[in-house]
Amino acid sequence: MIRSEILKEIAPIIRDHLVVCNIGLPSQELHMIDDQPTNFYMLGTMGLSSSIGFGLALAQSKPVISIDGDGSVLTNLGTLPTIANNATGNYTLLIIDNGSYGSTGDQPTYAGKKTSLAAVAKACGCDNVIEVQDKDLGPVLQSAIDSDEMTIIVCKCDSGNIKLPVITMDPVVIRDRFMKAVAS
Amino acid sequence: MNIDKKIADDLVANDVSFVTTVPCKQLAGVIEEIEQRDDMFHIPSNKEDEGMGLCAGAWMGGKRPAIIMQNTAIGVTINTLATLIQYYRMPLPMIISYRGELREPVACQVEMAVHTKALLAQLNIPTYHFHWQKDVEEFDNILKYTFMCNKPVAILTDANFWGGYGDQ
Repeated sequence: MIRSEILKEIAPIIRDHLVVCNIGLPSQELHMIDDQPTNFYMLGTMGLSSSIGFGLALAQSKPVISIDGDGSVLTNLGTLPTIANNATGNYTLLIIDNGSYGSTGDQPTYAGKKTSLAAVAKACGCDNVIEVQDKDLGPVLQSAIDSDEMTIIVCKCDSGNIKLPVITMDPVVIRDRFMKAVAS
Repeated sequence: MNIDKKIADDLVANDVSFVTTVPCKQLAGVIEEIEQRDDMFHIPSNKEDEGMGLCAGAWMGGKRPAIIMQNTAIGVTINTLATLIQYYRMPLPMIISYRGELREPVACQVEMAVHTKALLAQLNIPTYHFHWQKDVEEFDNILKYTFMCNKPVAILTDANFWGGYGDQ
């Protein structure tokens, strides 16, 4: 499966939850598949999906899912020790690991070579790290959301992209409707 | 006057309850003060752009955030300031140790100090420079201003403000 197929499959699972979605194609795909006020789309700032989602999870009690990518986590590897050492049960980090920088043309990442992000997360002190194949993600994600313990999911999948438009929604509109959804 | 206590008191008085920090010798006292307060959650960051991501999330979650960092971090965070904090219009007080200014003993620190105000000006970030201890009296108003306008605001605190570097 490629990322857009995974997002289609998990859309019903994450629809009613707060989601911080990674820059570029992941946000564009989620926006096209199932736009929700509970989705915060990153239009820039590669690497910070996990940090934004984690700050949100620490600030309030609703479940938060950060959808991140292997390339973006590699950009901000310092996020994993911070998350591990300040764990909060309402947070799930979903790393869709297709071993490539999808938004820039599928150049390979080190996560698709020798580097295991699941092993890195464990070494950083994250207690619940699950590496899962794309087709098995749904139930794993659902139980992570339902669980009282923070979970890091590394979902291994194929690289590949679909053609789709950029998000033209104003960032302040995205942020404002998201904050209203958080507060509701 | 205890500057560390005054800064922490002003943060609390302005409902700032989520503070991320990257270590700094000058700011060690205020970081320690924040760590000890029950009414502020302190989360150390590994890098300043990561910290700004945490602050953005915390603010959207209903908490007023602040970041404490060195001025070298301006070089690290320009993209995050422009494409996250400013683009989505979020408030962020940045309490910054202004290394490389008067009374600085480490020459390399001057290399970023000479760019600091120019970079902040280029980003249209409101910037305040605390040089004398009495300058801290403005801190409360700066916090109010930051959360009024939903912008990142820089508070540069130099070595003179902190009373020098001691025997370093």
